[in-house]
Amino acid sequence: MTRGGIPFLAPMLALSVAGFLVPLVVLAAFSFSDPAGGFGVANYAKLFADPLALPVLFDTLALGFKVVVTTTLVGLPIAVLFWYAGPRERSLIVFLTLLPMLVSNVVRTFAWIVILGRQGPVSQTLAGLGFISAPRSFLFNETSIVVVLTQIELPLLLLPVLAILSRTDRSYVSAAETLGAGPWRILATVVLPLAAPGILAGWVLVFASATTSYVTHAAIGGARFIYLPQYIYREVAVLFQWPAAATVAFVLLATTGIIMAAMALLSRHPRLAAHG
Amino acid sequence: MVEGDRLFRAVVAGLGWLAIAFMVAPVAVALVMSFTAGQTLKFPPDGFSLRWYYVLFDPLRSAPIHTAIWNSLQIAVLSVLGAFLFAMPAAYGATRLKGKVSAIVEPLMLAPLVLPTLVYGLAALIAFSNVGLRPSLPLVVLGHIVVFGPLMFRACIAIAQRLDPNLEEASTLLGVGALMTFLRITLPLMLPGILAGAFLVFMHSLDNVSISLFLADARTSVLPLRMFAMIEESLDVRVASISGVLIAVVFVGLFLARRVLEPSRRNKNLDNPT
Repeated sequence: MTRGGIPFLAPMLALSVAGFLVPLVVLAAFSFSDPAGGFGVANYAKLFADPLALPVLFDTLALGFKVVVTTTLVGLPIAVLFWYAGPRERSLIVFLTLLPMLVSNVVRTFAWIVILGRQGPVSQTLAGLGFISAPRSFLFNETSIVVVLTQIELPLLLLPVLAILSRTDRSYVSAAETLGAGPWRILATVVLPLAAPGILAGWVLVFASATTSYVTHAAIGGARFIYLPQYIYREVAVLFQWPAAATVAFVLLATTGIIMAAMALLSRHPRLAAHG
Repeated sequence: MVEGDRLFRAVVAGLGWLAIAFMVAPVAVALVMSFTAGQTLKFPPDGFSLRWYYVLFDPLRSAPIHTAIWNSLQIAVLSVLGAFLFAMPAAYGATRLKGKVSAIVEPLMLAPLVLPTLVYGLAALIAFSNVGLRPSLPLVVLGHIVVFGPLMFRACIAIAQRLDPNLEEASTLLGVGALMTFLRITLPLMLPGILAGAFLVFMHSLDNVSISLFLADARTSVLPLRMFAMIEESLDVRVASISGVLIAVVFVGLFLARRVLEPSRRNKNLDNPT
């Protein structure tokens, strides 16, 4: 079946290797470069002994996991709604998922500054109801970062799930209903396992995006909550500590890689892979 | 059983639409905010006007923003062009590979989509600096093609896999060369995928911060970073009117995409009546 696909592929293959793989290898090599010349783990020793960098790294990874959990909690009801919806409702849900996804992250971050700001609807409502004595800003804390990132990353989790669900035959559910299963049971034993490969794919995207959203971290977190993107940018642009930045970046890359590999293994699990 | 069903439906619809409202509301907030008559980001606004759009479009008062928009548009258009030239043929080529080979090639092509772009931005900065290239607008474009080209690849491969090989065969049998067959038969058939891919690459390029952060030089200001600076410095209400324009672009794009992709969607629904 090979009918000359290579000439069409060659330019992009070359671009992927020279423009993508080589820089990543250079990044890795750079992180293992020794200040005295040659190779070594001096940068990593320094990173793991650094009382400033280490908490930033852990906070960032923790943030990624928190956002994965919250997007899943908010996303699942939408996925279930989609599963039971008719074709018109389904295409509306897809539209309402694509719309926020395609609107710039900066725009959505800005919208949250309006919503959570001192003069925003949250503060005004709570002040009006007497829950807070005076209007105040709800920005600049970790909860707000998680809430904002949940809204921003939600479409990344949903799209692969919706894609799988729209390809899936409903006769699975009919069969389960015929056999006398109730709707909650069908949800847990039929629909969720069907959607699992999409959920796993979404988790990887959400984690990779939530840990590297420079603008959202900086604008919603303010100066007190520093995550890896700001840390890396500061090392590069302000302190000119390129090897240190490369080391932190490579740790982030390796962590994401390990998570992706784990997800790939999970999705080969016989119970999950059956419908993938 | 029927009672349980009704409760189940109500819970699913209630939670589901609540979650969708949470997902979409910020877009509506940004849009409404852009029409405020006030000086601040008070929401809901006390009155409505187009004043911040006038200020935004005023070439004297918003010159730095216009420069940033111009730079971002150039980058986005060149990235779409690059993605088209590299990723579209690759998607077509990938469908002509043996299963085993394409199982290696496809993940390699799509890999940039799942890696943190911030890490790639830094990696590209270090690698390009090593060969003597300094941050500049062309480097930003190159970075965007590498990272967002796979969006074009993914959109095109979905279409390319469904192409009827008989059409190409017929053209070849009629004595048309391979290149002409590709340009006149295959390319037009792949147009829906190309347009969808172009839209995705364009929007992602326009929105990208983490690659521009490392690969743009100090003089090349891009729109998302300019907006970020405006948010950080002064909570400038013009950010709202820029947001309004960007949201309008997304609306138009999605509307056109529906028009272009509608025939294939209708077929899918017929195949699989629900």
